[in-house]
Amino acid sequence: MSDAKPSYFLPIGPIHPALKEPINFTLKMNGEVVEEVDFAPGRAHRGIEWMGMRRNPVQILHLCDRICGICGVHHALAFAQAVEQIAGVEVPDRAYYVRTIIAEFERIQSHLLWAGVAAHELGFDTLFHLAWQVREESVDVIEYITGNRINYGIIMIGGTRRDITQDMYPRIERALTYYEDLFAKMADLFLNDKTIHMRCRNTGVLSKQRALELGTVGPTARASGLAMDVRVDSPYAAYGDLDIEIILPEVYGQETVGDVYDRIVVRLYEIVQSVTIIRQCLAQMPEGSVLAEEKYAKLLNGLKKASGEAFGRVEAPRGEDLHHVRMNGKQEAPEMWKVKASTYSNQMAWVDILRGEQIADIPIIVASIDPCMSCTDRVAMVRQDGDAGVITKEQLHQLSVRKTREMQK
Amino acid sequence: MRATMTPQQIADHFSKRFEGQISDISVREWAEGTKKVPIRSVWMRIPREQIIDAVRELVAIDYPHLGVVSAVDCGDIIELLYHMQVFFGGRHEEIEIIFTVPIPKNDPHVPTITEVIPGAVYTEREKQDMIGVIVDGIPDNRRIFLPVDFPEGVYPWRKDEKGIPDSMIKELWRVGRPEGRPSPAVKVIEKPERVQAISSGDSTGPVNPPEKQGEELLGGEKNE
Repeated sequence: MSDAKPSYFLPIGPIHPALKEPINFTLKMNGEVVEEVDFAPGRAHRGIEWMGMRRNPVQILHLCDRICGICGVHHALAFAQAVEQIAGVEVPDRAYYVRTIIAEFERIQSHLLWAGVAAHELGFDTLFHLAWQVREESVDVIEYITGNRINYGIIMIGGTRRDITQDMYPRIERALTYYEDLFAKMADLFLNDKTIHMRCRNTGVLSKQRALELGTVGPTARASGLAMDVRVDSPYAAYGDLDIEIILPEVYGQETVGDVYDRIVVRLYEIVQSVTIIRQCLAQMPEGSVLAEEKYAKLLNGLKKASGEAFGRVEAPRGEDLHHVRMNGKQEAPEMWKVKASTYSNQMAWVDILRGEQIADIPIIVASIDPCMSCTDRVAMVRQDGDAGVITKEQLHQLSVRKTREMQK
Repeated sequence: MRATMTPQQIADHFSKRFEGQISDISVREWAEGTKKVPIRSVWMRIPREQIIDAVRELVAIDYPHLGVVSAVDCGDIIELLYHMQVFFGGRHEEIEIIFTVPIPKNDPHVPTITEVIPGAVYTEREKQDMIGVIVDGIPDNRRIFLPVDFPEGVYPWRKDEKGIPDSMIKELWRVGRPEGRPSPAVKVIEKPERVQAISSGDSTGPVNPPEKQGEELLGGEKNE
């Protein structure tokens, strides 16, 4: 009898305003179980690369900030890195440290934002509120340093637009202590919770081999035991001067499974790592200016004449960002600008990690690679026999919550 | 130690293996921070016939991480740049390998590398969309980023007559609403929800019929 159950298709998406790659899932279901996965990104492609190829590098920098609302500074960093190589701009050492500090605060706020979303998807809303409340501290510090909560606009070709001065250290130090003190509590809440363990252990497993073959990056790759981190592999900014190691799930003293639970472990420990990185930066900060060329007209004139090509790679909170830039010395705008965001590399993993899982697990598995979550805002379910119905995001969320409650019984 | 070769050794290895076919081999370095730890890369130009073999050769050295394939319109040819890294996971050991593959515009074909690196299908689909290079043997031939009603034969990254025409970006107010789009997958519910709620008896709170609501509103206005 159960064999006769017809499979049906479950489309999810596609409107997804926050990312460069909005997404539309089509899942072939058999009962509650996902049989096949297909996805179609690009439903709100903004053509940012096209726009960039008609603008000068300083304008592009501010466009970079807006590629992603959460990891904007990393795109600006990668682009600046590429252009500085082409034009041979000598960045002052202090600027590398300021860049690193901002990048790490961005990682803290991004990982906490993700932790909150993950808790919410599991129906653990108390933890979601807590994670988002403590996230505010990092966003406040970012605002204190740059003047903005998002779209910081602090990166400039040849350095940064603002300095971190001695009188700002106490405020930054306060935030670092706050996160250090908090870690034990957060780790206990996330990693020792029976329900989170039940829902996330052995859910959405990605093997190390597949993580490598599919080209995944960042915490998604590391949670599968694949050691890769641009900060350690190809150190940019101040990372080469610092003592950092790649965070793998073993850090928690358990065997690597490559599931959602391991992705939580990696991200939580990376928050602590970010705190130590910022500490090291503050201790070693070299003196001097933070900008190679203060006159923008002169800077732009120099960039106009630059020719050549280079790539910039950085480790954004979600993984590697790669910018490839080619300039020909004849025009202000680059001849070519290709942006590769981290989710671009991680999306292929969905096909593997969703297969064989249940509908109620879709939200947490999709969230586990840390894309932006508005893609599940609206879900339409169409059965093959023509019986059409709609599942709202709320209903899908309720399914997930109900599964948690049932497991708790 | 993860690295078994230096960038120069990789360059020499490839120039020997693909003698006469590889050109413009260069080893580059870039360093940031006070300690100036080098970020090393090897760039080389490879004909499209050799790309699969070249990637296989790289897999034999160390399974690479494929970052992205980027594309440049250079007039008569299109250049595809395969950005790959080997020896990641060590400390400061990674080497970036960039294969530049020139493709003539009058015959824009390139073989797929998905049999060696399955994850490449994502970026190969993007190249078909954006620059109009046909990837032979690609396991998934659909569009990826461009919408279904995007005109055929227009490629956003092209700088020739096949690029985005002015008509698609200028005076957009003339264009009006898009037509001929596929109909939505979901049936439109014709009855207003409120009426449904009454008939099914699910409603718990008082529901005012529309006429009464209007009267109240009018009454309120009169009082003021």
